[in-house]
Amino acid sequence: MKTKKRSIGSEIVQLLKGNIKSYMMYIALVVIMLVFQFWSGGKFFKPSNITNLFNQAAYVAVLAIGMTLILILKHIDLSVGYVAGFTGAVAAILMQTYGVNQWLAIAIVILIGFVIGLYQGTLVTRVGVPAFVTTLAGMFIFRGLLSLILAKTGTIVVSQKGFLSLCQGFIPDIPNNTGFHLVTLLIGVIAVALVVFSQVKSRRHKQRYEFKVVSAPLFIAGLVAVSAIIMVLCVVLASDKGIPWSAVIVGVILAIYTFMMNKTKLGRYIYGIGGNDQAAELSGVNVKLVTQFAFCSMSVLAAISGILYTSRLSSATPTAGNAFEMDAIASSYIGGTAVSGGVGKVTNAIIGTFVIMSLTNGMNLMSVNISYQYIVKGLIFIAAVAFDVLARKK
Amino acid sequence: MDNDYILEMRNITKEFPGVKALDNVNFKVRRGEIHCLVGENGAGKSTLMKVLSGVWKYGTYTGDIVFDGQVQQFRTIADSEAKGIAIIYQELALFPELPIYENIYFGHEIMKGHQVDWNETIVRSKEMLEKVRLKVDPSLPVKRLNTGNQQLVEIAKALSKNCRLIIFDEPTSSLNEDDSQNLLDLMRELKNSGITCIMISHKLREVTAIADTITVLRDGSTICSLDAKKDDISEANIIRYMVGRSIDNVYPKRAEHPFGDVVFEIKHLTVEDPNTGREILHDVNLKVRRGEIVGLQGLMGAGRTECALSVFGNPYGYRIKSGEVTLDGKTHFFKNSREAINAGLAYVTEDRKGNGLVLIQDIRYNISLPNLGALTSGLSIDEQKEIIIANQYKDEINIKAPSIAQKTVNLSGGNQQKVSIAKWLFVAPKVLILDEPTRGIDVGAKYEIYTLMNKMVEDGMSIIMISSELPEVLGMSDRLYVMSEGRITGELDAADATEEKVMKMAINSN
Repeated sequence: MKTKKRSIGSEIVQLLKGNIKSYMMYIALVVIMLVFQFWSGGKFFKPSNITNLFNQAAYVAVLAIGMTLILILKHIDLSVGYVAGFTGAVAAILMQTYGVNQWLAIAIVILIGFVIGLYQGTLVTRVGVPAFVTTLAGMFIFRGLLSLILAKTGTIVVSQKGFLSLCQGFIPDIPNNTGFHLVTLLIGVIAVALVVFSQVKSRRHKQRYEFKVVSAPLFIAGLVAVSAIIMVLCVVLASDKGIPWSAVIVGVILAIYTFMMNKTKLGRYIYGIGGNDQAAELSGVNVKLVTQFAFCSMSVLAAISGILYTSRLSSATPTAGNAFEMDAIASSYIGGTAVSGGVGKVTNAIIGTFVIMSLTNGMNLMSVNISYQYIVKGLIFIAAVAFDVLARKK
Repeated sequence: MDNDYILEMRNITKEFPGVKALDNVNFKVRRGEIHCLVGENGAGKSTLMKVLSGVWKYGTYTGDIVFDGQVQQFRTIADSEAKGIAIIYQELALFPELPIYENIYFGHEIMKGHQVDWNETIVRSKEMLEKVRLKVDPSLPVKRLNTGNQQLVEIAKALSKNCRLIIFDEPTSSLNEDDSQNLLDLMRELKNSGITCIMISHKLREVTAIADTITVLRDGSTICSLDAKKDDISEANIIRYMVGRSIDNVYPKRAEHPFGDVVFEIKHLTVEDPNTGREILHDVNLKVRRGEIVGLQGLMGAGRTECALSVFGNPYGYRIKSGEVTLDGKTHFFKNSREAINAGLAYVTEDRKGNGLVLIQDIRYNISLPNLGALTSGLSIDEQKEIIIANQYKDEINIKAPSIAQKTVNLSGGNQQKVSIAKWLFVAPKVLILDEPTRGIDVGAKYEIYTLMNKMVEDGMSIIMISSELPEVLGMSDRLYVMSEGRITGELDAADATEEKVMKMAINSN
């Protein structure tokens, strides 16, 4: 009975104190968005800008997901930017110069990504070259390859409709004259239902095994807040052209990786190796094979990122991929991946991506000089990581 | 000899959480003698030397250190070095890539103005090398020297700081016969030139050959100090002081159960360290029957852990020159831990924090890690089942934690050890190797682990228990092997084993 007397206010304070680390990025994201909303006089939350933000964030989000696995394993991949640039250009050349079917071109490019991952993973796991060095060399190599294959033609313009819709198009709608995109609204409702259902199930599950859970009012308040954010977002998008395909692609990849990291043996092994590779080895985990997998997954995602970027720009350019790895690594760390490895969530890496890309988007809206953009992003990044390191010391 | 003491350590007591590592130790060293410090593993020798050298700084222990007639308050190693005390560790503290002369003067460089005077450094290094009779070019990188000569560089370094007291921690443990003899001769020379030496050693033959005084430690207390001129310093007598403890009734009795056939056998295992080329195991043969607890005793560095790891998939890549493993009648050569686990072998490491547990993860994740395959249906892990199983082990072996969601880093040593055993119980191996299962845990948890071991063998499992604690090996084993310097030097039935017999075999050096 005593527990009931504890006020919700004090519980919120307790919760904030105990989990400040995991709430911080949400708070940061909301603050950044609100600042730009006011500063830009309401331009930030316009439907067209939200769509733009999604398309802008997609290619970084895909990289951040893969990077999170690599960072959990205490490695790093600096080559992802130019791997994305190179593979994106290969896709454009296949389609425009050789007339390959657009979907086949995408499959080939993903396969190339896999092979690049095999090459870098083998160097790291079998030869023993540190990932930093291997992928730094990769950065040189793929930057060179990118400018080599575009040397004759320069920028290649892509015209395939399907390919372009990946990072420019929207999901289809049922014909109607409400002025709203109905499928988007429907997806919003389904998403809310799924979130509520899974959260309630998980809470019951936890209670059954006597794990700690938050009190009922707070739990409901949290659910309402999350549902509201999803619905507002969907209504904003529905009032324009609906959900962009890029968001769907990122959503599917995120769902697959979340499942893998939380529910499968492979995910457990990745966390286990990141936490203590020797203990994992002695527990029968094939550390080299799992690490190899992470590098292949990273390069495959880099290829997908390259495809999305080419689609977004409608062209392959010799500068594509420049500094993507910086945004991807920063996203993952801002999303709470531990600098010491072993801890990190792919969903949070996406939040990190939105922090970084909202900054980019907002500062572009305000026409902030690119030099200042880098400085601001760098400061936010280092502040986030320093905060995380301090919070973990407690 | 007169009573001119260069060093007196008076009533030194040093406690770690839950353990009294040193209990009122008194230790006196005369000026210019060779003083040997002996005792079992864990008797407190290294802790005492760490107190002396300032690793455990003034204030973390009680008692007085009197060096050269003055009470000292060392806070760092630099403090004790400044007074003229140097320690030469088993694990040498040299920079392998740097030349010998830089190593010798590292940290106390010879300066000319604001620059290091390399010419003078090389000239003086040559003098120091002459003193330790090492005839090599001082500009060679240290990694080009063998272990024995590297140790001489360490000594040269100590001499270059004008040390008057040099402590040798197990100096001959990784040396061959010639290098050992050379080192002992050098210690005699150092003594003649007025330098006092303290030597920690397990090799009693060397101790009796060189010591002027021998101090025996046991369980953190000084047992006696023997004067080589007056007292009986035979090996038998020293061993009597080192052990001589009555086995208390701390070992739970297990139900009488017959042993089955031989379930596990190691034949002719010879293994080399790939880095140094030194043989770490030589023709090891060992058998375990079903339902039996076999003890594997030996002193630090005897090769027990290396033996276990070599058969458990060899994760650290030792060079296995010969040998085979038979498990349940089948001959195996395990290429990795997974193959060994699948065949029915499990290994609980001696270092639960280093390579046993994933400390940042909770109890549940740690228990399921080696056997996730059994919990996976389709693609996903059955978390319901996982939770039930983790809770079951938590209750069954009494892991004290608020829930299985507790991170293992927050558990006490005993409970961490229970988690690291539980993860292997879940695998249900035929043979379980327990490496130092009770190291650093309290008496209550020890008793629980012994009880658990009894239950496991009553259920038909077989256990190999590696332990440095003599009473534990004698109290728990049905049969035991003793190892020394990579060889099995004896096999005893529990009924015939006494501490003296085992210690003789463990100290036996060929």
